[in-house]
Amino acid sequence: MSTFPLTYALQEHAGDGGALAQYAGVMLVVPFLAFLLIILIGKRLPRQGAEIAIGAMAIDFVYALALFFRNATEGIVHEEQFEIARFGFGGGRQVAFEWGWVVDGLSTMMFLVVTLVALLVFIYAVGYMKGEIRVTFFFAALCLFAGSMMLLVAAPNLVQLIVGWEGVGLASYLLIGHYWEDRANSSAAMKAFYVNKVADIGLILGTVILAVTAGTFRINEILAQAEEGAAALGAVAVVAGLLIFFGAMGKSAQFPLHVWLPDAMAGPTPVSALMHAATMVTAGVYLIARMFPFYEGMAADARPWILGIGTVTLVIGAMLALVQDDIKRVLAYSTVSQLGYMVAALGAGGYVAGLFHLWTHAFFKALLFLAAGSVIHAVHSNNMSEMGGLRTSLPRTYWTFIVGSLALAGIPPLAGFWSKDEILATFDHAGVTAVFWLGVATAFLTAFYTFRMVLLTFHGSYKGHAHPHESPRVMTVPLMILAVGAIAGGFVLIPGIFSGFHHWVEVRQVFNPEEVEAGFDLAALIPGLIAAVSGVVAAWFVYSPDAETQEARDRVSIPGLYPLLRHKYYLDDIYWYGIVQPIKGPLARGVNWVNQYVIDGVVNGVGAVTMALSRFVYGALDQKGIDGVVHGVSAATDSAGTALRRLQSGRVQQYAAGFVVGALVLVLAVVVLR
Amino acid sequence: MDLINDWGLTVTVFLPLVGALLIGLVPKANEMAAKSIALVISVLTFLLSAVLAARFDFGRSDQYQFSVDTTWIESIGARYHVGLDGISLPMLLLSTFIVVLCVIYSWNHWEEPRNPKGFLLLMLILATGMNGTFVALDLVLFFIFFELVLLPMYFLIGIWGDKTPRRIPGFARESETRLYAAIKFFLFTLFGSAFMLLGFLSLYFKSGEAGAKTFDIPALTELASTNPGLFAGRYGWLVFGALFLGFAVKVPMWPLHTWLPDAHTAAPTVGSVLLAAILLKLGSYGFIRIALPILPEPAHTWAPAIGVLAVIGIIYGSLACLAQTDMKRLIAFSSVGHMGFVMLGIATLTEVGINAAIIGMVAHGLITGLLFFLAGSMAHRYHTRDMSRLGGNQKLIPILGGILGFTVMASLGLPGLAGFWGEFMSLLGSYNPLESLSTDLFRVLMVFGAIGTVLTAGYMLWMLQRVNLGEPSEEWLGHEFHDVDRYELAAWLPLIILIVAVGVYPHLVLGATSDAVTTLVDNAFGPGSAVQAVLGG
Amino acid sequence: MILFQFLLVAALLFSFGVYGLLVRRNAVMVLLSVELMLNAVNINLVAFESVLATSALIGQVFAVFVITVAAAEVGIGLAIILMIFRNRRSANVDDFNLMRL
Repeated sequence: MSTFPLTYALQEHAGDGGALAQYAGVMLVVPFLAFLLIILIGKRLPRQGAEIAIGAMAIDFVYALALFFRNATEGIVHEEQFEIARFGFGGGRQVAFEWGWVVDGLSTMMFLVVTLVALLVFIYAVGYMKGEIRVTFFFAALCLFAGSMMLLVAAPNLVQLIVGWEGVGLASYLLIGHYWEDRANSSAAMKAFYVNKVADIGLILGTVILAVTAGTFRINEILAQAEEGAAALGAVAVVAGLLIFFGAMGKSAQFPLHVWLPDAMAGPTPVSALMHAATMVTAGVYLIARMFPFYEGMAADARPWILGIGTVTLVIGAMLALVQDDIKRVLAYSTVSQLGYMVAALGAGGYVAGLFHLWTHAFFKALLFLAAGSVIHAVHSNNMSEMGGLRTSLPRTYWTFIVGSLALAGIPPLAGFWSKDEILATFDHAGVTAVFWLGVATAFLTAFYTFRMVLLTFHGSYKGHAHPHESPRVMTVPLMILAVGAIAGGFVLIPGIFSGFHHWVEVRQVFNPEEVEAGFDLAALIPGLIAAVSGVVAAWFVYSPDAETQEARDRVSIPGLYPLLRHKYYLDDIYWYGIVQPIKGPLARGVNWVNQYVIDGVVNGVGAVTMALSRFVYGALDQKGIDGVVHGVSAATDSAGTALRRLQSGRVQQYAAGFVVGALVLVLAVVVLR
Repeated sequence: MDLINDWGLTVTVFLPLVGALLIGLVPKANEMAAKSIALVISVLTFLLSAVLAARFDFGRSDQYQFSVDTTWIESIGARYHVGLDGISLPMLLLSTFIVVLCVIYSWNHWEEPRNPKGFLLLMLILATGMNGTFVALDLVLFFIFFELVLLPMYFLIGIWGDKTPRRIPGFARESETRLYAAIKFFLFTLFGSAFMLLGFLSLYFKSGEAGAKTFDIPALTELASTNPGLFAGRYGWLVFGALFLGFAVKVPMWPLHTWLPDAHTAAPTVGSVLLAAILLKLGSYGFIRIALPILPEPAHTWAPAIGVLAVIGIIYGSLACLAQTDMKRLIAFSSVGHMGFVMLGIATLTEVGINAAIIGMVAHGLITGLLFFLAGSMAHRYHTRDMSRLGGNQKLIPILGGILGFTVMASLGLPGLAGFWGEFMSLLGSYNPLESLSTDLFRVLMVFGAIGTVLTAGYMLWMLQRVNLGEPSEEWLGHEFHDVDRYELAAWLPLIILIVAVGVYPHLVLGATSDAVTTLVDNAFGPGSAVQAVLGG
Repeated sequence: MILFQFLLVAALLFSFGVYGLLVRRNAVMVLLSVELMLNAVNINLVAFESVLATSALIGQVFAVFVITVAAAEVGIGLAIILMIFRNRRSANVDDFNLMRL
C-alpha cells in the first residue's frame, strides 16, 4: 500500500524450492524446442503444429502451477546461473554473461500468468485460426514469444532480461505483421518494433551504466549494492533508473510511447489477447517491480517521473477509449490506461498493488480480447457500428464478455475491483491527492467506455451483414476458464481478510507486517466504488435506449449535429452535456488529435526528416562530396594521361629521335656550362 | 618433432596456394576436377585449422602457439614468423570456414563468364592471403599477405563482376561497373597500403635505436613496453597515422569507405561474401594486432578521433542505407555501420571494447556474409537488385525469404543472436573508456551508437518490408522461381547455426579472446605500461 | 698519342648509326644502324683501354661483352623482324605500332 520500508534480503523462512526450482529452466527451454519442432515438422501434422505448441505450453503451465503452490506454501528463493562468457572488465576484474533463472515470489506469479494465459490462448487460437494462412508459422511465433517471455520473467541478470525483452519484441513484430500481404499490417508491425527499439535504447544504456558501475549484470547483486548504498552506484542511480524506466515505457505502452499499441491490433486477436494485453506489455511493469528496491532506495528521485508518466497514461488512455469504433482499439486504449494504473501504482510505492493489478488485468483483459475475437470471428468486422444485438446469437460469448467488463469496470466482487481499490488506496496513502482523484475519475471513465462497448456490441439491433453464430467450443471453453479467473482472481488479496497474494510476491522483499494486515481503506474504496457504478449507470443511460440512433450519434463527428438526440433523450442531457460531451468531444478528440498529429506527427516527422537527411547524406555528401574528391583525383590523373598519351605514337624512330635530341641537349649543356 | 605444432600453421596458410597450383594444371574444360580440388583443399584447410583449434591451449591463449620462427630474408631482417593466439584463432577459423562455404555455394552458381577454373584458383590464392594475414607475426610477412589479398579480389570483381555500363562523374567515357569498382577497390587499398608500408619501415629503423632492427611483431610489442618513449611523441603520432590510413581503408572507416559500396555492388556473390566476411576484418585485425600494442601511446592520442569517425560511420552508414534502392548496396552500407561498432570498441582501448570488436568482427562476418549470399541468390533469380521491383519474396520463394528474415534480425543486433554481443559490449566499453581518455566524449559516442542501433533496425526492417513482404508485383506473375537448392542450403545452414550458437553461447569466441585481450591491454595500457609511463612522465 | 683519331672514327661511326636509326624505315637497316653504334662504342672502349692500360684489361673485356650481347640482340631482333614480316608482309617500322594505346 503506501511506501513500505524495504530491505532487500533473503527471507528467513523461504525455502530453496528443491528440485522443482533447480530444474525450472525446463520451462524456458521447452517453448524454444517447440518453436524449432514446429518450424521443422509442423506443416506435416494434422493440426499444423498447434498440438506441439499446446503440449509445450501445457508442460510449462503444470510446472508453473507446481512452483506457484510450492511458493504459496513455503516460499521459494532460488537462483541458477550458467556462465556463457567471461571477459576482462578492466583493473583485473572480470564479468560474465550468464543464462539462468530466478524462482521467487515475483517470478512464480509471472510464470503462472504467462503460461496460463498462453495455454488458453493457444487452445483458443486453434479455433480462431482455422482455415487461415500460415497457421504453422503462427504457432511457431507464439512459441517463440512464450519462450522469450519466460526468459524475460526468469531473468536473474539484465543481459538475459534484454534478450527476452527483444525476443518478445521480435515475436510481436512477426505476429502483428501476420497478414503481411497488406502493407498496412507490416507497417504496423514495423511501428511497434521501432517504438520499442527507441525505448530499448533506454534499457540498454541503463543496463550498461548499472553493469559498469556495479561490475556485474546480476540483478540481485546490483540491488544488494544499492541497498548497501554503494557510492559509485548512488552517483548514477537516478539516471540509470530513468533510462531503464524509459525502456519500460516502450514495452508497457506509456505515454508518449503508447502509439504503437493500438496499431498492433492489426495482428490476429489471440495475439492481441496474449501479448498486447495480458503478458508482453506488462513486461515493463514487471521490470520496475523486479528493480523495485532500487527505485525505492537509491533511485527514489526517479519515482515521481514514474508516477507522473503512469498518471498521464491512465487518463489519456481512458479518454481515447471513449471515441473508438473498432472494438479492439477500445480494448487497446483500455490496456494503455490500465498499464498506466500499474505503473503509477509502482511509482507511488505500491509494489503489491501494481502487481496485483497486473495479475487481475491479465485475466479479465485476455478474456475481453478473446471474447471480442469471438465476436469478430462471428461478424467478420472489427467495427462496433457493424455489430449490435449479438447477445442472442452469441450467448456464451456475451456472458463471459459481461464478466470481463464488470471486472474491468471495477464492480465488486470481481477481480478488477480489488486490484483497482488497492491502487487507489496506494495513491491515498502516498498522499498524492491529485493522482488519487484522477484515478477515481478514470475509474468512472473506465466503467463508462467498457459498458459503451458492451451495449454497442451486444445490445440494440444487429447492423452488420454477416450471419453471426456462436463460436466453437474450442474457443468458448477458454473464455469460460478465464471468466472464472476474472471473477475469482481478486479474492487472493482482500485487505484485512486474506493477504495471500501479498505473501506470494513479497518473498524477496520483506514488508512491514502491520501494513499487510491493514483492513479496507474506506477513503479510497468508496469514491472508487461510486465512480465505477456511476460509470456503468451512465453508460446504460446513454447507450442503452434505441441503439440505432446511438450508433448514428456515435459516428457523427461534429458536436453541433446533436439537437435531435437531445430532444429524444431529454433525460440524458445532464450526463451528456455535463460529462460525456466535454470529455468525448473536444477533450478526447483533442487528445486523439494530439495523439494522431502531434505524437504520431513527431514519429512520422522524425521519419521524414531522417529520410530527407539520409538523401542529403547519400546524394550530396557521399556521392558528390566524398566520392567527388575521389573521382576528382582519378579524373585528373585520367585527363593528364589522355594528354600525355599523344606523345606515345608507337613509332620507334620518333622515340629514338627524342632520345638523341635529349642526349644532344645534355651534351651541349655539359659543354656550355663547363 | 610434432608435425601439427611445427607445420600446422604453415600448411593451413599455404595449402590453398598448393590447391591453386593444382587447379592451374587441370584443363579448363574439366570443371568437375577444378571444383573437386577446390572443395577438397578448402575442407582440408578448414579441418586442419579445426585441429589447431582443438589442440589450442586455451589456458595460455595470450601466448603465441604453434609458432614457427625461421630466417627468411636475412638481408633486411625479415623472418618467417607465424603464430596463433586467442585473438587470431577465431579469425583464422572464420576465414577457413567461409572459404569452404563459398566453394560449396559456387558449385552451381556461376556468374558470367563462368570459368570455374579461374574463379576457384583465384579464390584459393585469396584464402592463402587471408589465412596468412591472420597468423603473420612479422611486419613484412603481414604486408605481403595483406597485399596478396588484393590481386585475386581485383580479378574476381573485374572479370566476374557486374557489366552494367556506368557513368562516372568527371569522366568522359562510360565504363563498366565492374572495372570501375575493381580499380577503385585496388587503388584505395593500395593508397592506404603505401602509407602502411612506410609506417612498417619506420618502425623497423626506429627499433634499431634500442637494439637490433626488427620487423618482428612480438619483439616490437615487447620493445614498446620496455622502452616507453621509443615509439611515442610526434614520431609515434605520424607512424600511427600511416598505419591508420592503411587499416582504416580496409575496415573501412568513414570517410575512406566509398570503395566499399561499389565493390560490393559490382562483385560476384562469392566475392561480396569474402569481401564482407573476411577482407574487412583484415583492417580491424591490423589495429588490434599491430597498431595498438606497438604504438600504445599514439593509439591513446588517436583514440578519440577513431571513436568519433567510428560513430560517424555508424550514423552515416545507417542513413545512407535508408536512401538505397539497390539491395546489395544497402547491405554494403550496413557494413560501414557495423564496422563502426567494431572500431568504436577498439577506440575505447579497454578489454571490453576490444573483445567487443573481435566478437563483432566474427558476427559481422557470419551475418553479412549470409546476407550477401542471400542477396546474390535473389539477384540470380530475379535478375535485378532493385528493391522497388522486388517485393513478396516471402511468397514467391518462401524458404529463402524466411532465411532472409532471420538474417535481417541477426543483422539488426537482435539479442540472442551473434550480432548483439558486439554492439552491446561496444556500448559497454564506451561508457567507461580507458581512464585517461575523455569519458564525456565516449559517453556521447555511446548515446549516438545506441541511436545507431535504432537506425539499423529502421533500414533493415524497411528492406525486409520492401523485399520480402507484401504482394509480389505483377512483373513476377507467372514466373516459376525455384526455392533454395541443396548447395545453397549446405552453404547457409552452417552460418545460421553458428549465428545462433555464438548468440546463445558467446564463450565460443570470447573464451579464446578474453585472456589474450587482457594481456594485450595490460601490457599496452595497464598500470606501469608505456602509456601510463609517458602520460605520467 | 693517336687517341683522338680513334675517337673521331668512333664518333663518325656513331653518327652514321644515329642517322640510320632515325631515317631508315626498314627494320633490318635500323638494326644494322644499332650495330654501327655499338661498334663505335667498342672502338672507344678499346682505345681508352690502350691509353689507360688497366691491369685487368677492363676495356677489352667489356668490348667482348658488348660484341656478345650485340650478337644475341641481332639474333633475337632478326627473329622478331622475320616473324613480323611473315605476318604483316612488311619490314617497315612505321607499321609496327601495335603496342600503341
